[in-house]
Amino acid sequence: MGADHGHTLHWHGHSPLHRAPAHLKVVGLVVFVLAVVATPNHWYAAFAGWLALLLGVIAVSGVPLRYLLPRMVAEVPFVVFAVLLPFIAQGERVEVLGLSVSASGLVAAFGLLAKGTIGVLASLTLAATTETTALLIGLQRLRVPAQLIQIMSFMVRYLDVVTSELGRMRVARESRGFRARDPRQWPVLARTLGALFIRTYERGERVHLAMLSRGYDGTIPEAALAAPARAHGSHGHAHHGAPQPGTSTQPHPGRAAREVAAR
Amino acid sequence: MHVPNGFLDAPTSVATGVVATAAVGVALVKARKELDDRTAPMAGLIAAFIFAVQMLNFPVGAGTSGHLMGGALAAVLVGPWTAVLSTSVVFIVQALLFADGGITALGTNIVLMGLSTVLVGYLVFLGMRAVLPKRASFVPLAAALGALVSVPVASLVFVVLYAIGGNADIDLAALATAMVGVHVLIGIGEAVITYLAVASIVSVRPDLVHGARPLLEQRRLVIHDTAPATSSQETSA
Repeated sequence: MGADHGHTLHWHGHSPLHRAPAHLKVVGLVVFVLAVVATPNHWYAAFAGWLALLLGVIAVSGVPLRYLLPRMVAEVPFVVFAVLLPFIAQGERVEVLGLSVSASGLVAAFGLLAKGTIGVLASLTLAATTETTALLIGLQRLRVPAQLIQIMSFMVRYLDVVTSELGRMRVARESRGFRARDPRQWPVLARTLGALFIRTYERGERVHLAMLSRGYDGTIPEAALAAPARAHGSHGHAHHGAPQPGTSTQPHPGRAAREVAAR
Repeated sequence: MHVPNGFLDAPTSVATGVVATAAVGVALVKARKELDDRTAPMAGLIAAFIFAVQMLNFPVGAGTSGHLMGGALAAVLVGPWTAVLSTSVVFIVQALLFADGGITALGTNIVLMGLSTVLVGYLVFLGMRAVLPKRASFVPLAAALGALVSVPVASLVFVVLYAIGGNADIDLAALATAMVGVHVLIGIGEAVITYLAVASIVSVRPDLVHGARPLLEQRRLVIHDTAPATSSQETSA
């Protein structure tokens, strides 16, 4: 699927984990993380066990840890919160390195860090070993409503188009000498958002017209439902390997108009 | 800022998951009224837009910057149900493909940043639109007030969830004070940016702003001497 280059977390590979059906991986992830989250904070050995299990799975997947570790930055704000916990939590105080901290806060901080870290690493493992298309098919197997899957597939498909539109706007601003330093530059940045919304909305309308002109009647055909990868291919829209999804969305004016008139 | 796995206990995570599932289910039905058969492509592109909105950093000064949460903005631009649907899809994709926000906290994140900011922002917006003069030029102000209120209310919802399923015994009054205090400041930033962004759209294409449409219908047809330029600009990607 052409949208996969927007999915930067994927690590190409052919391990058993890469080949495993996506719905099993999603269910596995949810069950694993729920089990980790439900583990009491003071069961330190259990967390070591969960981490060992996860590291074993990562070893099987062949995704290097040095690829996964830098991508764990999403966790940082909560690490800060966890570090502060022993100081702000209530209850019995204990002395650690000459500092008076809350005993329960210390245990809670450990739990937060352990659960957060194992959770992020597990999510990264799913993202690194699962293609976008496979994931959407997996969600379909899990009875996620078809309409929601369609919306997700459109979002993933156009993510790169919309974000690179934002990138081109940044290049245009900065090539005219614009530098965002403080709130005085907010009006320019906010107008960028306004322009991006108008362009995105109009692109959505063009995509819809292009679909109508190819016979879209509000539902994706049964045959295509079985494989979301080709769901929109049956409308001839945004084909596999189409270099620029945006350029293929211009509707044929005559056919689109007839289609609309016929409705 | 997404809630990670393990921040709230398992029963609370499951409960917010059920609430989020119900909300997305209702939004799927109601969004069809806002978009009819355009739902799939439009909601998908608006989700991509919200994702991009959260990528654009606004400098606050001293080297720090923040980004819009965009719940109230999306509600005013595309209508509340499409906004709930699109923001929820953003969180699902972020959790599954970008490992951003815990997968067991997905329901919590949807309830906090999708459902509560969108609905609170939209309700305040509706209230303000009813009170303010009935002109499209007041829509950005109403949207800004919606954004201003939505962010601290979402932080209060977080405190309530933490009180039910939090994993540490923090003084809840202190947590509520700190969270609301910080989020009032964030809300002011959100309000200013929402005002500026909605104003820029209302001045160019007021017909695209869902929250401005009831006001536009009251406009009377004005015939100019010279025909205005056609509005169909075929911008290619």
